[in-house]
Amino acid sequence: MYIVDMLGITKTFGELVANDNVDFQLRKGEIHALLGENGAGKTTLMRILYGLYRPDTGIIKVAEQPVEIHSPKDAIANGIGMVTQHFALVPPLSVAENIVLGNTDGFVVNRAAMEAKVAAAADRFGIVIDPKSLVRHLAVGQRQRVEILKALYRNARVLILDEPTAVLVPQEVDALFETLNRLKADGLSVIFISHKLHEVTQITDRVTVLRDGKLIGTVDTKDMSQSQLAAMMVGRETFGVTRKDEQHEQQPVTLRIDNLCAKNDQGMPALTNVCLEVKAGEILGIAGVGGNGQKELAESLCGVRDCASGSIQLAGKELIGKTPAGFTQAGVGRIPEDRHEGMVGDLTVTENLALEHLNEYTRSGVLDHKAIRTRAEELIHQFQIKARPNDPVRTLSGGNMQKVLLARVLSRNPKAVIVPQPTRGLDVGATDYVRQQLLEQRDRGAAILLISEDLDEILALSDRIAVIYEGEIVGILPAGEATPERLGLLMSGAVKEH
Amino acid sequence: METSRLRLRFVKTDNPPVWVRPLIPVLALVVTFILTSALIFWANANPFETYYHFLIAPLTTKVSALEILVKATPLMLTGAAVTFAFAAGYYNIGAEGQLFAGAIAAAGLGVAMKEVPAFITIPTIVIAGFAAGMLWATIPALLKVKLQVDEVVTTLLLNSVMGFIVSALLNGPWRDPNSGWPQSPEIGASAIFFKLIPRSRLNLGFVIGILVILVLWFVLTRTSFGLKMRAVGLGKPAARFAGIHVGRTTLIAALVSGGIAGIAGVAEVAGIQYHLIGDLSAGYGYTGIIIATLGSLNAVGVFIASLFFGLVDAGAQTVSRVLGVPVYLGEITQATMLLVALGFFLLQRYRLRRM
Ligand SMILES: Nc1ncnc2c1ncn2[C@@H]1O[C@H](COP(=O)(O)OP(=O)(O)O)[C@@H](O)[C@H]1O
Ligand SMILES: [Mg+2]
Repeated sequence: MYIVDMLGITKTFGELVANDNVDFQLRKGEIHALLGENGAGKTTLMRILYGLYRPDTGIIKVAEQPVEIHSPKDAIANGIGMVTQHFALVPPLSVAENIVLGNTDGFVVNRAAMEAKVAAAADRFGIVIDPKSLVRHLAVGQRQRVEILKALYRNARVLILDEPTAVLVPQEVDALFETLNRLKADGLSVIFISHKLHEVTQITDRVTVLRDGKLIGTVDTKDMSQSQLAAMMVGRETFGVTRKDEQHEQQPVTLRIDNLCAKNDQGMPALTNVCLEVKAGEILGIAGVGGNGQKELAESLCGVRDCASGSIQLAGKELIGKTPAGFTQAGVGRIPEDRHEGMVGDLTVTENLALEHLNEYTRSGVLDHKAIRTRAEELIHQFQIKARPNDPVRTLSGGNMQKVLLARVLSRNPKAVIVPQPTRGLDVGATDYVRQQLLEQRDRGAAILLISEDLDEILALSDRIAVIYEGEIVGILPAGEATPERLGLLMSGAVKEH
Repeated sequence: METSRLRLRFVKTDNPPVWVRPLIPVLALVVTFILTSALIFWANANPFETYYHFLIAPLTTKVSALEILVKATPLMLTGAAVTFAFAAGYYNIGAEGQLFAGAIAAAGLGVAMKEVPAFITIPTIVIAGFAAGMLWATIPALLKVKLQVDEVVTTLLLNSVMGFIVSALLNGPWRDPNSGWPQSPEIGASAIFFKLIPRSRLNLGFVIGILVILVLWFVLTRTSFGLKMRAVGLGKPAARFAGIHVGRTTLIAALVSGGIAGIAGVAEVAGIQYHLIGDLSAGYGYTGIIIATLGSLNAVGVFIASLFFGLVDAGAQTVSRVLGVPVYLGEITQATMLLVALGFFLLQRYRLRRM
């Protein structure tokens, strides 16, 4: 008996087949992982179940009965609740108001009664939350609990969680898993979307794997090892790229950041007295939960954000006050966090490759198209970019876009490289490639500042690891001493190590 | 977007096939023909005959064929002006006002330089017209670059301001002393653009138009500034990240755009009217926006689109004269054609798919 049975679901977006004849069966009282790489079609499948998309073909049964789900309202009526990757909460309202929103019994809201009802529900499901507190005062992990409670409050028997751990620190993940196990014991069914293998093996009963929109299979979690699951996910065993251990104690400091302060887009302080040193031939990893100043740090170091105070020195030369072009000329290899912000999508691969160094290809104002083209062909070959020189960059896959950026930057042998989130959204093959390139740069003697929210990536590549929390560096450890637990404590802001 | 009952839907495509482009004017014509036929009947005329005079007849005689080029001249210039700005992502809606700024310069200098030989006067008024258009474009450009004030609003509003300036000049100091009409005194013979072909209105302005189109092509496709402009226009953050001075590039594009529009004003004063008059421009500045859009912001496209609009313009004039139908009919047809052409232009980015 399946509580949810999706049969032959196909969904296309234009040319792209996001779900290709996918079957998905959910049992009552299980935690079921939906596993797959970015872009595999997990979110799409669940948005269909929740009524946010209509499938092109396929049927959905809830408790053996065929149902038509046209909107989230229908989904909720069928006992299905979803917590999306981006929360749908109203920050100025209280927890109770958010939960009751759109689900009030009458026109008049009795605040005390409402709060009591929400508190009772929280109690019943074992979710620790104060119904009176305002959502805008809550941490991400708590907001997620509000979303879960919201779904449960509407009598959801099936709970869909779309990459719930992506925004959480390790301690919050543990708390979430406790909640999920408790719900499961109550007989609820949970669909847990993830692409993190260790979480899937830790918490789920069964796993359904999607790849390129196709169903690869559904298996019992206990029968599978992480590497077997990985193989299903990517179609091959992964060979993660990792750093060879070497000491770089004797090397000079290439990049020195002193008391750097910067504001975010809202004008609030985002970086407070950041001090970092990156030596030649070293990868310094910056770990931290997203939104703790990583973006501002990367932008400051790329010369595209004005710093309030402090200093950035490359091989002894001050960079503050220089233009982005000045940073490049000084020898900073700048890779933007958002690939689309580093390249002009409607310009070609060739043009984008030349964009940072147009002066070198210009004679009395006129572009040397031939030289640009030749150089582009070389780089496309050298960096294994799967694209033709005249393809607009926006038609490239994420991995190939990242390769274009790497080619533009790394081919110049920069003294220092700033790489925020270099593998975000890339598949395993492209991820390995990017990491390999970074390690080669390190071995060449470049100073590399790697900013990443992916702890595994930080641990695999860094020689030293700094943790950023609310715009401050709260600890710097040699890679050898860094454990996920210790980093997790630092990342959550619970401790500082100096 | 979904019309599910028909089981058909529009799917957006990134790269419309190239053969679609030349079909657009043809299809636009057919649809416009169908849409306007009823009106033409109502005016007691035969639609086929009307359309013959509208679109074919102008091509059959030398005089009217040259008239097409005359009509195309200001459109080439304003189309190029708008393209230059739009390519850099600066939405200059102010070509109309900038055109008049250039026209004022030409009308003023054309009178003042009566005694100066033509080979000095003509380059002077062209350069002065360029400078005047540029100057008028400076205000919104600086507001945009320094204070991020939306240029669509400011350039558009300045068109009205320019309208008042022109009207103040023509009803005040520049009112023609001889006739008393609200028009400036006639410019000197040395300022008049010479005719390319005797007994036609085709003049030096057309050559200048072609030159500007060539320069536009060269700058956009062959120079590093052109690539920088396009980078800024297509993705400001990325251009900035790559080290391009976004503000400076935008400013230059905006000013050059204003300058080119100014030349359009010079060409109308020195080539056609010989006075500054209130309706010097039949909305050329605005039509330039449509031309730039239909020409997909490239020089060749702008050139072809201007010729097509020149043809429609020339045809609209003759139709009412020959057939004795109201002038409005020509204007209605022209406007309909414009809307239909724009519609097709948007639709070419979609494919029809059976579900
Ligand atoms: N609304 C949409 N329009 C167009 N393409 C989409 C849309 N939503 C998802 N896609 C595409 O469908 C594919 C699957 O996406 P998604 O379901 O979000 O993957 P996952 O959640 O597994 O990372 C991706 O290639 C994505 O770009
Ligand atoms: Mg997803």
